[in-house]
Formats: sequence, C-alpha cells, structure tokens
Amino acid sequence: MTRYFTDEHEWIDVEDGIATVGITEYAQGQLGDIVFVELPETGALIEQGKDAAVVESVKAASDVYAPITGEITEVNPALEDDPALVNSAPEDDGWFFKMTIADEGELDGLMDEDGYQAFIEAL
Amino acid sequence: MSTGPSDCRILPGRPQVTDHDTPEDFDEHLEDLPLDPLPLDAWHRARGARMVPFAGYDMPIQYEGIVAEHNWTRENAGLFDVSHMGQLLLSGPGLDAAVEAVLPIDLSTLKLGQQRYSLLLDEDGGVLDDLMVSRWPDALYLVVNGATKWDDIGTLREALPDDITLNHLDEHALLALQGPKAADALARHTAGEYPLSALTFMRFGRFTIAGHDVTIARAGYTGEDGFEISLPAAAAEDIATLLCAEPEVQPIGLGARDSLRLEAGLPLYGHDMSPETSPIEAGLIFGINKRRRSEGGFPGADRIIRDIAEGTTRKWVGLKIEGRLPAREGAEVFSGTDRVGTVTSGGFSPTLGAPIAMAYIASSHTAPGTALEVDVRGKRLSATVSPTPFVPHRYFRGS
Repeated sequence: MTRYFTDEHEWIDVEDGIATVGITEYAQGQLGDIVFVELPETGALIEQGKDAAVVESVKAASDVYAPITGEITEVNPALEDDPALVNSAPEDDGWFFKMTIADEGELDGLMDEDGYQAFIEAL
Repeated sequence: MSTGPSDCRILPGRPQVTDHDTPEDFDEHLEDLPLDPLPLDAWHRARGARMVPFAGYDMPIQYEGIVAEHNWTRENAGLFDVSHMGQLLLSGPGLDAAVEAVLPIDLSTLKLGQQRYSLLLDEDGGVLDDLMVSRWPDALYLVVNGATKWDDIGTLREALPDDITLNHLDEHALLALQGPKAADALARHTAGEYPLSALTFMRFGRFTIAGHDVTIARAGYTGEDGFEISLPAAAAEDIATLLCAEPEVQPIGLGARDSLRLEAGLPLYGHDMSPETSPIEAGLIFGINKRRRSEGGFPGADRIIRDIAEGTTRKWVGLKIEGRLPAREGAEVFSGTDRVGTVTSGGFSPTLGAPIAMAYIASSHTAPGTALEVDVRGKRLSATVSPTPFVPHRYFRGS
C-alpha cells in the first residue's frame, strides 16, 4: 500500500486500484473540534480538485477536495454518528471515502510522507 | 482543504493618517502596515495559542481547543484577553447632556459605580456599534468594539462639543474573567475599599491586584457570572499570569468566546447588528432607555420611536436546528417555499450538543415553536424558533 499526500492536507492510500481518502493529523489540528462531516454520494464522479466533502468544526466549515479524479465507491459510515473520529484518528478510522482512480498519472503530482512533512514544517 | 474561521475578519482599524492622496492609496497603505501587537501577544504565544488576525490585531483564537475551553468556562473560570476593545474616557462641562445627544441612554439614572449597555446609532437609526457606559467620578467610561473603535472615536469626536475631552485609554489592557468560579479566583487577589463580592451584575469599582490599580466591572459576554478588568498595559502579563495560576482559571480564546456568547443569545456587532439593522429589530430595546423613547433627541430617534410604536417587519430570534450540521452566517431561512429570513450567527453549541443559530426572520414567523427550514448547501435543515438565551444566564445580582 502506498500513501500519498496533497498540499490541501488530504492523505490517499492506494491499494488494489482503490484510493482511500482522509485528512491529515495536521489538518484536524488546524480545524479543531469537528462536529459534522458531509460526505459525497456513493457513485458520484468527482474531478481532481473539486469539492468532495465538507468538514464542519465548531468554528467554521471547510471544503475537502478530491485529491484525484474518480468515482466514489464507499463513504465512512462511522463519521455520521461520531464525527470526532476525524480528530481522534484522522489517518485511519477517521477516513472519509474510497474512490476509483481514473488516471494513475494524477498520483505522480502528489507528495510522499517525507515530502508532506517537509511541506507542513515550512508552513 | 481550505481552513479559516469565517467569523474572523481583518478589519484594519487605525488612527487617521494624513500622508495619502486618495482613499485607494489610503487602503493600500493600511494593508502594508504590520498588525499592532497587543500587550499580551507574547504571553498568548508562550501558552500555545493559535493567533489569527482579528480587529486589526493578532488575537488568540484557541489554546487547547474550542470545545474544551468553552466547557471549562461554563464549569470553572476562563480568562479572555479583550484588549483589542476600545476604552474611552469622556469628561468636560455639560457632559451628560452632550452624551445624551449622541447616545439613547438616560444618564440621570446612571449612578456612580453603575454600568449600562448602550448603542451608537446613525441618523437612520442603524447600529454603528454597541457599547458599555460606566459612570466614573466626573467622567463617563466607554468600552466599544475593537473593529469599530477608530470609527467610533471619529463619530463621537464629531458629534460631541469641542470642550468635551475624549481620552482613548490605549495604554490600558482589558481582561475578562468569566465563569461560575471567577469570583472565588479573583477575590483572592483583589484589595479595595470594599470586597469584590459587593459588586453585583453591571456594577464596577476600583481595586488593586498585586499592587496595580485596576477597575473591575461585574459583567461579560458569556452569560456566566464574571468580571471585566481594566488595567495598565504594563501590568497585563503580571495579572494574567497571576490569575491563570489559580486552579479554576485557564486562558480562553476568541473561538470559545463566540460559542459562549451565541449560547447566551448575545449579539455580535458586524454580524448580528450593523447600520442595516435597527436595534428594535434586534430586540435591543433595553439599549434605548425609557425616558429617551418618549423624548427622543438622539441620532435616529424618529426611526427608533416609529419601530417601537409600529413594530418591525422582522425580528432577531433564536433557532434550534435538528441534526448536527451547523447553519452559519448567511444561511437562508424558509417557511415552505417562502424565504423568511437569514442567519446572522450560527454554530454548534457545545453545551446543548446541537447546532444553534440567531437569525432575522419575518415577524409573522417568530413565535417560539414556529417550524422553519434552514438551507445549508442545498440541504433543508429543520429548525424551530427558540427563546433565548439557549443556555440560561447566571449573572450575580446579589445574594
């Protein structure tokens, strides 16, 4: 399994042609207490960089963009009852959705773990 | 992902400078200026605060997290740095009459040691700011909003006679200590002619804390019992550190200040009130003192008196929203297919564990219990008109 990161603070795990997407530990820390996650519909086709989800924290609503182009195959049902999972386990149980990978080439433009760490340290 | 609190606007309020040619040049000049550091800037950073631009300053939005800080304040005591607010002192001959020509306050009933809520209105009765007025010996002390203070100073200076002196106390910091344990914590450090417990809600007095002269008012913006402490800027770090060493006290950021005031049903200037709103629509009739409602003689009096007599076509009311999705400022409110209003403040209430909002709604739909819908990104959320405060006030009015 390979994990990629975007400069919009999403992570993407790729396994068997399916990408699992969530937001990073850094992102959840910036957002603060998350009270609601609005997830896309299963079956929706979303282009890279377009709105895919909305995270509502106590202080504000923030958009989550699709890190790559693909079709939503599954959304995390646990977030409906327990949106705070995004705060407590952003990079595993707090995942947002799974999607197909329409263009493997889009993954080439993303960061690896080391690249992302260097990116947030520079912020 | 885009982050950024929607409730923090950068409003570079600054004293007038004269070295500009056009308003455009003036604005550009402002954007180039660095933000002024407030007296506790380094103190907040040292305590791990996340700083954001607010009212022209860097301000702490949170330390450990908004919900934890919110709940701490409801259960213990929170220390808020509100030094961005404007502290003004008015004095001079004929002071009361001069101020009554500018504010809809009845100063004949404001006695030494008392504080009262008032409103700065424009000629159309629109709200330029809301403020507190306190009767000091031979002076009136005003606390105005941070984002509007430079405009307020201009408005007041223009409206008041030349022999009224307006002092901007910009060498003073302002701290608020709020919560059910605030009185216990603060009383350990205050000395004065009478004990801190002699102050009831909306009274103030002179005290010393660790040898520093301070003015303490029993008031605040959370709905809890609490105090606002005006102190010399040079003493701010000392006093903030001293208070936060008390077991009941933690520093609290602007994020929780906003969620606390929303639960308390208290309006935020620039969001819930503006020059486009009348204080009567906003339910702030108590800011127009009784004698002034009949006598008038303040800016916008015609419109205000008409609004009182005839009622207003819309009212500012509370909404409880079903589910967990908050409706924020700007969300439209519907009754069936009719658009009946707009949310002006909204968020998630940590105390109630549910979304709450304040909105201007057509008066015909404002009876408590009225079922409405709020549109959030195309979703229709069920909402019910609710009495405010959402969380009961716990002011100290005497034992």
